[in-house]
Amino acid sequence: MEDSENSKKRIVFVTVGTTSFDALVKAVVSEHVKDELLKRGYTHLLIQMGRGIFFPTKCEGADGSLVVDYFTFSSSIADHIRSASLVISHAGSGSIFETLKLGKPLIVVVNEDLMDNHQCELAEALEERKHLYYTRPHTLHQTLTKMELESLVRYTPGDGTPVARIIDRFLGFPDD
Amino acid sequence: MEEGCSCFYSKMGTKLSIGLLIVLAIVLLMVRVLYVVYWCGKPFPKGASQSFSTLVVLGSGGHTAEMLSLLSVLRKDRFTPRFYIAAATDNMSLQKAHSFEDSVAEKPVVKEASSQFMKIYRSREVGQSYVTSVWTTIVAIVHALWLMIRIRPQVILCNGPGTCIPLCVIAFLFKVMGIRWSSIFYVESVARVKKLSLSGFLLYKLRIADQFFVQWPQLQKKYPRAHYVGCLM
Repeated sequence: MEDSENSKKRIVFVTVGTTSFDALVKAVVSEHVKDELLKRGYTHLLIQMGRGIFFPTKCEGADGSLVVDYFTFSSSIADHIRSASLVISHAGSGSIFETLKLGKPLIVVVNEDLMDNHQCELAEALEERKHLYYTRPHTLHQTLTKMELESLVRYTPGDGTPVARIIDRFLGFPDD
Repeated sequence: MEEGCSCFYSKMGTKLSIGLLIVLAIVLLMVRVLYVVYWCGKPFPKGASQSFSTLVVLGSGGHTAEMLSLLSVLRKDRFTPRFYIAAATDNMSLQKAHSFEDSVAEKPVVKEASSQFMKIYRSREVGQSYVTSVWTTIVAIVHALWLMIRIRPQVILCNGPGTCIPLCVIAFLFKVMGIRWSSIFYVESVARVKKLSLSGFLLYKLRIADQFFVQWPQLQKKYPRAHYVGCLM
């Protein structure tokens, strides 16, 4: 699942979606998480921080430390995911499936502050099928140390064909 | 004494007959509602050749992506013209629907696809107070009614946003009143694994949706009238 073209530059892309998720941003820039990422051979940490008010410290990556950069929003999230070697994402279904379809290793971090948190259901169900890792901001470090990316199962995207077939039959159209 | 008595009885009589009429009207209405509910979810006879005017209710973000995934595999000639409705505060969804329609129109097989894009007022925005939402709900219902009278769709496709509820209820009332028969298809979002969304729950329980789809087997077990169709994404 690793991107061989980017063998020198190994980017961890973090995305919080359209709202804010400062707890996730704080967790990824904490020293022990950054150390673990370095240990695992990642070189860059790029954060899409949305409407968050916590601004991490940028880092140029001198003397072998992790390069840290961030931005608020981008219209080309897919490009960032494509160039990443690991994606750490909020639990929105859009980001999750975009990452899985591009075949990138994914850690989903659930936002515990959200009231109606049905979104963790999706992450949980996909973790059961070994398509991703699922964690919370304060356990992100543990997940990083324990994870084995080789054991992840590549996701096969689904489509609307079964729904379309039932709708067509219901309305009396012949099968194609 | 006798006169007073007969007067009393005739008054009772008119009251009784008015009462009976009301009861009769209610019974007839109930019979009609039950008749409509009975025919909801019954497939059409085979051999359809005409196309169905289709209303597509878009949600935001993930909902819209799932809906477009479904639309991309539906035969466009069978579902035409297509009317897209999204919440007035949602700028992205109609834009995505536009570019989807543009990409479809490029294919030479499909003739000039007729599609229209509309916005609908939401009854309640996130964080709005319940007092002001009484008024905005009335506005939203009137607006939904106006849109539905204009469109009178034969097929409604929806997958979760709350905006689909007034539209589907109005479509059901149109069926009861004999204005327009429509088929409502509801696909529960992939994000719902163990529990239906409120919209999904209402449309399932009230039997307003003709066909109901879920994307996880766990949900199909809980709601046996639903079809399990795997992930749309």
